[in-house]
Amino acid sequence: MKIIVCMKQVPVKDSLLKIKDDNSWVHEDELNYEINESDHYALETALRLKEAHGGEVVILTMGPERVKEAIKQGLAKGADRALYINNADFTSIDPMTNAKVLAAAISPETPDLVLAGLQTDDNGSGQTGVILAENLGLPHTSIVMEIEKLDNGIKVKRELESGWFQWIELPLPALLTIQSGINQIRYATIKGIMMAKKKEVKELALSDLGLSGADVAAGSTGLDFQKVYVPEKTKQALILEGDPKDVAEQLADKLKNEAKVF
Amino acid sequence: MAYSELTEEQTMLRDMVREFAKNEIEPLAAEIDETCAYPIDNIRQMAELGLLGIPFPEKYGGAGMDTMSLALALEEIAKACGSTCLSLAAHTSLCATPIYLFGSEEQKQKYLVPLASGAAIGSFCLSEPGSGSDAGAATTVAVREGEHYVLNGNKLWVTNAGLADTFVVFAKTDPEQGVRGISAFIVEKGTEGFIIGKKEDKLGVRASDTRPVSIEGCRVPKENLLGEENKGFRQALVTLDGGRIGIGAMSVGLAQAAMEKAAAYSQEREAFGSLIGDFQAIKWMLADMATEIHAGRLMVHHAARLRDAGQPYTKEAAMAKLFSSEAAMRATKNAIQIFGGYGYTRDYPVERYWRDAKLTVIGEGTSEVLRLVVSRELLKEFA
Repeated sequence: MKIIVCMKQVPVKDSLLKIKDDNSWVHEDELNYEINESDHYALETALRLKEAHGGEVVILTMGPERVKEAIKQGLAKGADRALYINNADFTSIDPMTNAKVLAAAISPETPDLVLAGLQTDDNGSGQTGVILAENLGLPHTSIVMEIEKLDNGIKVKRELESGWFQWIELPLPALLTIQSGINQIRYATIKGIMMAKKKEVKELALSDLGLSGADVAAGSTGLDFQKVYVPEKTKQALILEGDPKDVAEQLADKLKNEAKVF
Repeated sequence: MAYSELTEEQTMLRDMVREFAKNEIEPLAAEIDETCAYPIDNIRQMAELGLLGIPFPEKYGGAGMDTMSLALALEEIAKACGSTCLSLAAHTSLCATPIYLFGSEEQKQKYLVPLASGAAIGSFCLSEPGSGSDAGAATTVAVREGEHYVLNGNKLWVTNAGLADTFVVFAKTDPEQGVRGISAFIVEKGTEGFIIGKKEDKLGVRASDTRPVSIEGCRVPKENLLGEENKGFRQALVTLDGGRIGIGAMSVGLAQAAMEKAAAYSQEREAFGSLIGDFQAIKWMLADMATEIHAGRLMVHHAARLRDAGQPYTKEAAMAKLFSSEAAMRATKNAIQIFGGYGYTRDYPVERYWRDAKLTVIGEGTSEVLRLVVSRELLKEFA
């Protein structure tokens, strides 16, 4: 089974984010990065499937030079090779744009399975994986907790709400987004670390993917990114005090004249 | 990318061991300090990750890395648990290393491969009841009888004794010659007459398995002589030179752990209406810790790099261990002071760091002996 795992580097949890003066983004230079949590589980899931059924695990990631650290970590844990899309010439936080670029890298690989983390710890849209499936024309399911290989496809357990689960069968190829905490993530072994440098990391530019600057230009997907800011505090609680009759009158007045609910 | 003095592999190794030690070793450290029970599962996990053979070539079952990598790993493990760090240091530096440096190809295949791959645990028997750094005063003897040497004597402070499969044992083959009559032997666990004693009840590194060994008519095949007869003293000195880099790294790790805990506490605890970290008395202690840790780490790394480059490093390794271990004593002592009454209890780890650090100014050369080593090397340059 050939499995592609989409991985993203995100700021280390609890990072202090400082917004740039022009509100265009946060100061990335001051941040430390780590592999997105659910992507770790996606990689672990892929490695286990490979160990059980054979095949190949390919890491796919996109970003500036620093994301090569994440690639090395993944290769040290046992992935076979990596595809790296250097996004020096474009920046996007738009899941549709990102999915378009990732799909262009995945298509020629014709994988049996594409795994992505459920969502990223930075933007947290949870959209990239499922849009990517649409772009690739693959069946998909999200919030996956277990995967069983069948003769003609896979059977997966997905998480619903309130402690409910659902088992679904899918044909292959397919795309799954993986939930965090579903297995015990392995540590890289020293042997793995030493072997990582010998593994192929194929660097891809937009032109290698048959894409142009216009395909990834800001706003090209209809998403208009305006500014980054700390949420403004708009809600507050008001505690009315006094005897019940007065309080009831004050409350009726506020509901009618301030909140205008009747 | 940030400036780094480490190679990519060394950085990845350090980060992996840091994460592993924090998640898997540190949660057990207080308990095993209390119970003195060494968790063999930790060693097995470390073996799976390749940590039991870091500086040895892959053809001998090792990871193919270097002394610098070993120092990085030991520092990270010491931050989590001094006992685990000491066990790994003794296994690697004191048992597997002399077999790698002085052993025949057959001995390396038979003993180093299992040690470096983590299938076996190693131990080192040099000290005796009446002889530590003064190896010439050792009384354990080895007498050649046909195809065997017959060993008799008593060994003390044998780290990993209760866990180990393979022991490097020093004994006099020519007692008349003093230190020039010492030889080293490889002894397997369970050899008749090689009797492992009761676990020592120690101040610190309490989970590290330290025991006496009594050797009574123990017959060791002559093939298990390590290197040449009567070269054991030199072999022991070379082994200890390397071992000191490891104990230096352990010292840095303990000091670093103490500083991190004390600095964090200074930003939580209030007194007289301020955080205690706002008081100059506390700031100065933290600044001294940070400065000495930085210096100690650089000294350890420098000695490791000299060793990896094949340069002489006896003096630098002794200096690194001397300075780092004494710095660790100061850092851990002051960490307890910053924690005040809480630091004096076992509810916080800083008193454990201090007890563990005390080993580092004694084991593998006391501070006093290290000053002798440093001054001897120094004065050679002026003789």
